[in-house]
Amino acid sequence: MDTYTEKIRSIAGSLLKEGKVDRVIGYKKGSIPMATNPFAARTVEQARELVFNSTCVMNLANYITDSSETIAVAAKGCDSRNIVTHIVENKIKRDQVYIIGVPCSGMVDKRRIIEEFGSDLTEFSENGDEISVKSLDKEEVLKKQDYLRDCCTTCIKPNPVVYDELAGELVPEPEVKNRFASVEKIEAMDPDEKYQYFTDLTADCIRCYACRNACPICYCPTCFVDESGPQWVGKGQNETDIQTFHFLRAFHCAGRCTDCGACEEACPMGIKVREFTKKLNKDTSELFGWDAGLDQTKRPPLDTYSPEDPDDFIK
Amino acid sequence: MGNLIEHIGIERERIHFSWISSAEATKFVDVVKDITEKVRALGPNEKFKKIYN
Ligand code: SF4
Ligand code: SF4
Repeated sequence: MDTYTEKIRSIAGSLLKEGKVDRVIGYKKGSIPMATNPFAARTVEQARELVFNSTCVMNLANYITDSSETIAVAAKGCDSRNIVTHIVENKIKRDQVYIIGVPCSGMVDKRRIIEEFGSDLTEFSENGDEISVKSLDKEEVLKKQDYLRDCCTTCIKPNPVVYDELAGELVPEPEVKNRFASVEKIEAMDPDEKYQYFTDLTADCIRCYACRNACPICYCPTCFVDESGPQWVGKGQNETDIQTFHFLRAFHCAGRCTDCGACEEACPMGIKVREFTKKLNKDTSELFGWDAGLDQTKRPPLDTYSPEDPDDFIK
Repeated sequence: MGNLIEHIGIERERIHFSWISSAEATKFVDVVKDITEKVRALGPNEKFKKIYN
């Protein structure tokens, strides 16, 4: 996917030169191998720093919220879905965003690679379907397909759902057999097992809120966890408070989460926070036939009322 | 919401949603009886509770 880099640079360069946008949001090379950072280029020179490869995991819709500027975004499938969600939720206007569509063949699972190679990586590069990883311990060429992030293996829209220009050819739409298999595994547990599962899952959480900050749909000016009057949830390391945070944050994402994986990517403790949001994605898909960010003209299901809404839980 | 609560391991029978008009006193009584019976059968909830000490 690093072949997109040149194209993104040239599109970004001309947009900035012609003054069509105030900034172009993409990624730039990080300071260590296998790292790229979200980056806003404001000048033609800065546009030359833009890169794209299989480590561009963060969600760039996070950087356009409530902006008054005109912004170009290099958007993968998931980013584009979050841009649509932003448009629907009045966080940005469609004519303020110039979407440079980036057809995506999946991002690599950095955590897994680091686990296998040790944290002292010295080189990471890719060539089509192959990635080469070198650390102080070993050097190997791997098939990218075998090292995709979990959310990329169940992605339904690798191509941007809306764009003004493309940075490469559209990729074939994948056939995902059962994207909710992980949720079904938990659904099959009995209540005690479920509770234990989620207690263990969140046990290491240090409440840094990096997951929330990385999430494009977590944009409330004051998050419920930061509110002090009233204080909705305790602020310490109490187990129930930690669970309340995760549980409520997930519910706030119901019908809005695109399963982009930015939250998990940002977590310093490796907590699989998508285990919560994925359940709600499954529910909205089954109950309302809804997946977030596909249609600029429709409001999310928890935001609308229809007489056809399922109501068999109300007695 | 009920689905998510159930998903994290709280028994579904502890969660009830009902639509009762102020004129439906008997329905209110029935619903409360029903809830009480179901929750009593489950016993006290030991999950997702905060202990102050
Ligand atoms: S909750 Fe996580 S996966 Fe869902 S939109 Fe936010 S960052 Fe992406
Ligand atoms: S990023 Fe990880 S450690 Fe930080 S609050 Fe979220 S789940 Fe907890």
